[in-house]
Amino acid sequence: MQRNLEGYVGFANLPNQVYRKSVKRGFEFTLMVVGESGLGKSTLINSLFLTDLYSKDYPGPSQRIKKTVQVEQSKVLIKEGGVQLTLTIVDTPGFGDAVDNSNCWQPVINYIDSKFEDFLNAESRVNRRQMPDNRVHCCLYFIAPSGHGLKPLDIEFMKRLHDKVNVIPLIAKADTLTPEECQLFKKQIMKEIQEHKIKIYEFPDTEDDEDSKLIRKIKEKMPLAVVGSNVVIEVNGRKVRGRQYPWGVAEVENGEHCDFTVLRNMLIRTHMQDLKDVTNNVHYENYRSKKLAAVTCNGVDATKNKGQLTKSPLAQMEEERREHVMKMKKMETEMEQVFEMKVKEKKQKLKDSEAELERHHEQMKKNLEAQYKELEEKRRQFEEEKANWETQQRILEQQKLDASKTMEKNKKKGKIF
Amino acid sequence: MSEIVPPEVRPKPVVPAKPSHVAPHSSGPFVPSPQGTGGEGRGSALLGYIGIDTIIEQMRKKTMKTGFDFNIMVVGQSGLGKSTLVNTLFKSQVSRRTTSWSRDEKIPKTVEIKSVSHVIEEGGVKMKLTVIDTPGFGDQINNENCWEPISKYINEQYEKFLKEEVNIARKKRIPDTRVHCCLYFISPTGHSLRQLDIEFMKHLSRVVNIIPVIAKSDTLTLDEKTEFKQRVRKELEACGIECYPQKEFDEDMEDKSDNDKIREAMPFAVVGSDKEYQVNGKRVLGRKTAWGVVEVENPNHCEFSLLRDFMIRSHLQDLKEVTHNIHYETYRAKRLNDNGASGGNRKNTD
Repeated sequence: MQRNLEGYVGFANLPNQVYRKSVKRGFEFTLMVVGESGLGKSTLINSLFLTDLYSKDYPGPSQRIKKTVQVEQSKVLIKEGGVQLTLTIVDTPGFGDAVDNSNCWQPVINYIDSKFEDFLNAESRVNRRQMPDNRVHCCLYFIAPSGHGLKPLDIEFMKRLHDKVNVIPLIAKADTLTPEECQLFKKQIMKEIQEHKIKIYEFPDTEDDEDSKLIRKIKEKMPLAVVGSNVVIEVNGRKVRGRQYPWGVAEVENGEHCDFTVLRNMLIRTHMQDLKDVTNNVHYENYRSKKLAAVTCNGVDATKNKGQLTKSPLAQMEEERREHVMKMKKMETEMEQVFEMKVKEKKQKLKDSEAELERHHEQMKKNLEAQYKELEEKRRQFEEEKANWETQQRILEQQKLDASKTMEKNKKKGKIF
Repeated sequence: MSEIVPPEVRPKPVVPAKPSHVAPHSSGPFVPSPQGTGGEGRGSALLGYIGIDTIIEQMRKKTMKTGFDFNIMVVGQSGLGKSTLVNTLFKSQVSRRTTSWSRDEKIPKTVEIKSVSHVIEEGGVKMKLTVIDTPGFGDQINNENCWEPISKYINEQYEKFLKEEVNIARKKRIPDTRVHCCLYFISPTGHSLRQLDIEFMKHLSRVVNIIPVIAKSDTLTLDEKTEFKQRVRKELEACGIECYPQKEFDEDMEDKSDNDKIREAMPFAVVGSDKEYQVNGKRVLGRKTAWGVVEVENPNHCEFSLLRDFMIRSHLQDLKEVTHNIHYETYRAKRLNDNGASGGNRKNTD
């Protein structure tokens, strides 16, 4: 029932008002990059946003050696033409790098879910003025340019994440492939994606003819084959960003060389808002309904946050405060316990060392006494021997004297003849 | 040199049938040592031409008649260009290439060992080349112990050879299926070796000659290439992995200096291709991209020619010898010791 207006009312100005308000507020966008190390993720991020998010002073996760999959986020505030963008890049170093990569997607899923949960809680709070949107709006998945097809790891990951986040698959380091190989590879990947029923991000159809032509062209090029670089090289007098090889220069912004410009336009210039909308309306709603259905089915369930939605706001605040106080008390008692334990330990140690010292002292004394006794014994023996020897000597002397006396007597008696 | 492996001689462009000099060059006082005994390490002067140096020509003739075998194994994740490189190395379609990835050729669930043999001939010399492919290596989500089937295969070949050797009635020429060389393909990430690479090379560098190569090296610019190579070399040293040519087997200073030069350049950054394009009026093997043609045999573009010269034109025989004299002997000693230790029980596990 469309009615025609007879004069100028002025609500055609509405978009401008929305525009002015949003510009004041600024925008937020969270982008996640997933892929094996060495596929050029950090370089691509730097190229996309023309900033050095990862530079020599703050080396990106790619330069460090990791053993398990981490999820790291870095925030950067970019300004352009009066519009502010708080860009959060979530990186996943260590993905697919180990020998055994089972469940390497679990940390990623946990991260996305936790961001959804934070948003859900923030939404259900009483005081909602500051509701930062940290949900992951887009996930760029980097496929290694093997030229053959998707790896089992790629398929597993995308299958598990297509319901939680907008997945955009990219062919990394696309300057490895010749144009023919690239075409074949893209076809193969799309075939496998359809086979496994993976739902990658779909561009919305518009009624505008021009736009729909553009969108159709983009759809044909999926998955996008990208090359990243921030090094400026001179080619035929022009300055371009690219990679210098002995046989030529691969230009990043040349549509014939790679699909980087397509990605950038799509991601930033045309579909950023749409990505956020799909995240909000589809993925987040999926998560929310699943979470809430779990609550209403079970009634009382294990996670403590769910009870809040059925109580009145005041009671909820009371509960929050009570929880907080309890937590504090628990922490205090724990710390006291730890303190007690440490004191006991120290006391015990001191006692032990004291006993040791005592024992040692005793032993030393005993040793000393024993030595003394030994010495006494030896001395006695020595005295005895001396006495013996002296008596012997005396006897011998006596004998000698006797003998000489008898000899004298005999001589005197003149028995020598 | 063992008598089982017929010695292969590097083909010389011109083999002299008879030397041009006949008289001895020392016109001074005669050396009063026995002549005609042919160089007992003392370099005695010969009084006439005997013809000992024609032994080279005789060996060459014999080799040409019998031909020889060479077994090369290629290991690496799928899509790294292994089959293409082997085809480029031997300039013929010896390896089945998976260009059309049909449904039946999906990534196998376990590591398989597939060997394909071809007889190629050049200059009258026949070579039975066996390429052993290992599809499925490193492609799964969980790649624990994926080197085990490969290790088992290599030991099985040694076992086969040992059984033949130990036989009472030996064959005149034991068929040699032992793996002479293993080309390990490193993915060109530009950062460092992956955990899987290190594990594989640790387990197998003592069993077989490993030559690491950087696959699809047209991804890397020159700076990235040198940095990557340095990092890889450092990591290999840190983990104690010795690739071919091993330092401990250098026989003399000349060997050492040659091999040192090669070790400095390893791992070779290669690009493979079997398509030809026109560049500056010449037809070259290469890959044509929108920004230029990568020439496979141009040493400024990639090190394929270095690898080929090293592997085929200078060290082919050495690869076989090291396999036979060192790796096989190690295996043999271990086996015979085990046999002796368990009182002659033949059914031992390795």
